[in-house]
Amino acid sequence: MADSVTGANPEHGEDGDDPSRRDFIHIAAGVAALGAAATVAWPFVDQMNPAGDTLALASVEFDLTKVQLGQSVTIKWRGKPLFIRHRTGAEIASAIKDDKAALRDPSTDEARHKAGKAEWLVLIGTCTHLGCVPTFGGGDYGGWFCPCHGSHYDTSGRIRKGPAPTNLEVPDYAFLSDTVVKVG
Amino acid sequence: MSGHSNYVPKTGFERWLDTRLPIARLAYDSLVDFPTPKNLNYWYTFGGILALCLGIQLVSGIVLAMHYVPHVDHAFASVERIMRDVNYGWLVRYMHANGASMFFIAVYAHMFRGLYYGSYKAPRELLWILGCVIYLLMMATAFMGYVLPWGQMSFHGAVVITNLFGALPLVGQSITTWLWGGFAVDNSTLNRFFSLHYLMPFMIAGVVILHIWALHVTGNNNPTGVQVKSKADTVPFHPYYTVKDGFAISVFMLMFAAFVFFTPNALGHPDNYVPANPLVTPAHIVPEWYFLPFYAILRAVPDKLMGVLLMFGAIAVLFVLPWLDTSRVRSMRYRPTTRMYFFIFVVACLVLGFCGGRLPDEYVIPGLKTFQLLDADLNSMVWLSRFAAAYYFGYFLIILPVMGLTENPLSQPKSISEPVFSHSAALPVGAAASPEKRG
Amino acid sequence: MLRKGLAIAALGLALMGGPALAAGTQEEPRTVAWSFNGPFGKFDRAQLQRGFKVYREVCAACHSMNLMSFRNLGQAGGAFHDPKYPNPNDNPYVKTIAKDFETSEIDQETGDIVKRPATPADRFPNPYPNEAAARAGNGGALPPDFSTLSKARAGGADYIYSLLSGYSAPPAGLEVPSGQYYNPYMLGDVSAFWKGKGHAPPGGFIAMPPPLAADKVTFDDDTKSTIDQQARDVAAFLTWASEPKMEERKAFGVGAMIYLLILAGLLYMSYKRIWRNVAH
Repeated sequence: MADSVTGANPEHGEDGDDPSRRDFIHIAAGVAALGAAATVAWPFVDQMNPAGDTLALASVEFDLTKVQLGQSVTIKWRGKPLFIRHRTGAEIASAIKDDKAALRDPSTDEARHKAGKAEWLVLIGTCTHLGCVPTFGGGDYGGWFCPCHGSHYDTSGRIRKGPAPTNLEVPDYAFLSDTVVKVG
Repeated sequence: MSGHSNYVPKTGFERWLDTRLPIARLAYDSLVDFPTPKNLNYWYTFGGILALCLGIQLVSGIVLAMHYVPHVDHAFASVERIMRDVNYGWLVRYMHANGASMFFIAVYAHMFRGLYYGSYKAPRELLWILGCVIYLLMMATAFMGYVLPWGQMSFHGAVVITNLFGALPLVGQSITTWLWGGFAVDNSTLNRFFSLHYLMPFMIAGVVILHIWALHVTGNNNPTGVQVKSKADTVPFHPYYTVKDGFAISVFMLMFAAFVFFTPNALGHPDNYVPANPLVTPAHIVPEWYFLPFYAILRAVPDKLMGVLLMFGAIAVLFVLPWLDTSRVRSMRYRPTTRMYFFIFVVACLVLGFCGGRLPDEYVIPGLKTFQLLDADLNSMVWLSRFAAAYYFGYFLIILPVMGLTENPLSQPKSISEPVFSHSAALPVGAAASPEKRG
Repeated sequence: MLRKGLAIAALGLALMGGPALAAGTQEEPRTVAWSFNGPFGKFDRAQLQRGFKVYREVCAACHSMNLMSFRNLGQAGGAFHDPKYPNPNDNPYVKTIAKDFETSEIDQETGDIVKRPATPADRFPNPYPNEAAARAGNGGALPPDFSTLSKARAGGADYIYSLLSGYSAPPAGLEVPSGQYYNPYMLGDVSAFWKGKGHAPPGGFIAMPPPLAADKVTFDDDTKSTIDQQARDVAAFLTWASEPKMEERKAFGVGAMIYLLILAGLLYMSYKRIWRNVAH
């Protein structure tokens, strides 16, 4: 291409200076230009991550006294439903009984609540299949039932039947006092 | 695009592709092998700079649209949220806002270069006209973009500009109502401006493709204005002009970055950080700097309709420029008298810009009261803009047509290579100079 | 010649946007050597804390700051930023400040509007429920929102500082309307009220009485609490509030400029090398 033009040949200088040094400058310039483009690209990617005000709402505090025994309350956390369930003794017992059953995603009931707080179950309320919101108290195991594709969860939120691959997720949370939990 | 191609597919895939969609051939012919005059100076790098500007505005604009809310109650706060909470939102927004100004700096340099070297003359009339279309679309896009943050200047700027159309007889009022979608600039107006502001850059990109296509048919003009005669006059676009444009772009980016990072609001107006209030107009309402010359022409005319017509006429005259300039010599290098008028024209444009940013009654020379001429003091911005506006139109409508017929141009070199090879050697006078003499 | 002419043209056009229309009659703001001036400028953390105190104890009685949340005080570059708490919502100092304010929310059981202590995620509460109430409480004048104030005034921090510390007795011959105060830095035109000789004095009328007084705010760092100091500190705080990402922006900018200079140098050498055998 370039060689076809008279008197205009970038590759072969008339004087014989070191070709590696010549190449180095072109390569360095090209690399630096690519580096500049890459540096600018990152902010344009990062801007799609959650913004400061979104992150600010990433944790919620909740007063448990509002939940009656045997009931479940759904609150919004990070834009998703969060189940806070006040379990009865019978529900806890049935969950523990099933610890040894054949589970798709094996987990003991003990591991799914805070120590000494077996009556409080805090779960992210989206079905692990495709993200629908399971209904409270439905299904064959008395936990939750997902109306979209028929996943059954037990009273510990473990998947027992249906297409969902894993148990309902337990979020990061902590008891700030006996009656207040902080989620996130 | 322009006939002959030197592209040779090297791999099997390239051969396969070349017989189905010769996109690699197109890229090779227009970006690598394209024969470009070897004497283009730095003024010719603004085309590449403008392509980059368009790219930056498109990418940053698409990103901003992901966070912006086009509603009168949320627009201002959503723009501030972009700058406060969105990751690197401040960078994207300041790039976009200052990018508009950079775009206009580059486009004005590009246009003045075209005017100086006669790049609008045959056979490049359509190339020039497509450029004017791009410029017009740019102005519409920039205006609508300035409305979106919904600050005081956004709002009242939109009111003033849309009211321009009200000057048209009979249909004026209906047109403004139609533009507004209501009885005043309001939420409907903001929504449609957002939609159009998003659309128009893609129209610009489309016209840019036509502009480049036309360029590749006629080939580049060059500072001598002499047509390319042989291969000795040209170099392949790559690497010669990719690296030259690349260097110019990096220098331009230094200026761009200085604005974005250190004085991001210097080219804007403080009042646009006050949320729009339809009940109070800011003390001084001015458009962005790139519209100031046209704003000055508008205000120079005491009649509303005539002012509007003259303002649009200032752009319209660019479209017919190829037929107004009667000279057969392209470059001002060989037109010493007209060159002088050209520089006065540049000054007139600057003066118009200066006047557009001032109050019409302000004194040009502070404190010097002269005498009342018709409606204003002679030493006032309004009279200065009248003189400059008269020169603006006079340059296109009188000077260029007349000079082409009466001037005596210097002799042009026979070819682009000639002035380089012969240096100060005597030019073969008769041969080169005679075709330019007309009359 | 073309080069020079057009270079001046482009530059002139570029510079025209800024200083356009400085046709007011007010005095030019006094310039202050702010710590945040210049490409390497940073906010003075202690000054921001003092400025926040001035805002909180004086300005906040009338002026809202609708775009600010308490968490902003604890974010990187903020007045109470603590590197131990990268998430400003966890910053205990910010939490304490927020707790002192009340914010309303809807009780999920009764639907009533109830008051609760604010959290870092909450916005600064507005002193008035709506614009009409704000006007009614201030003799018809609307106290401007402070979120973007420094960007929204020509002169920025200098202007805010000059205005706050620049109240002066009206010159003899100037009739100040009731409920208004004379300030030489205020944008406006007092010529209609000027009964003296010669030109009307610079400045305008402002509905805000002089807000600051010596020792009106007690600074925690034992800085002497003069009007001048309070005006400086609150101007710095408002400038930070207008541009909370300024430090990040300038740091990024210095890096970008150095990188671009190197890139331009490399491209220039590459350019010279490629072109050196072309006669042009």
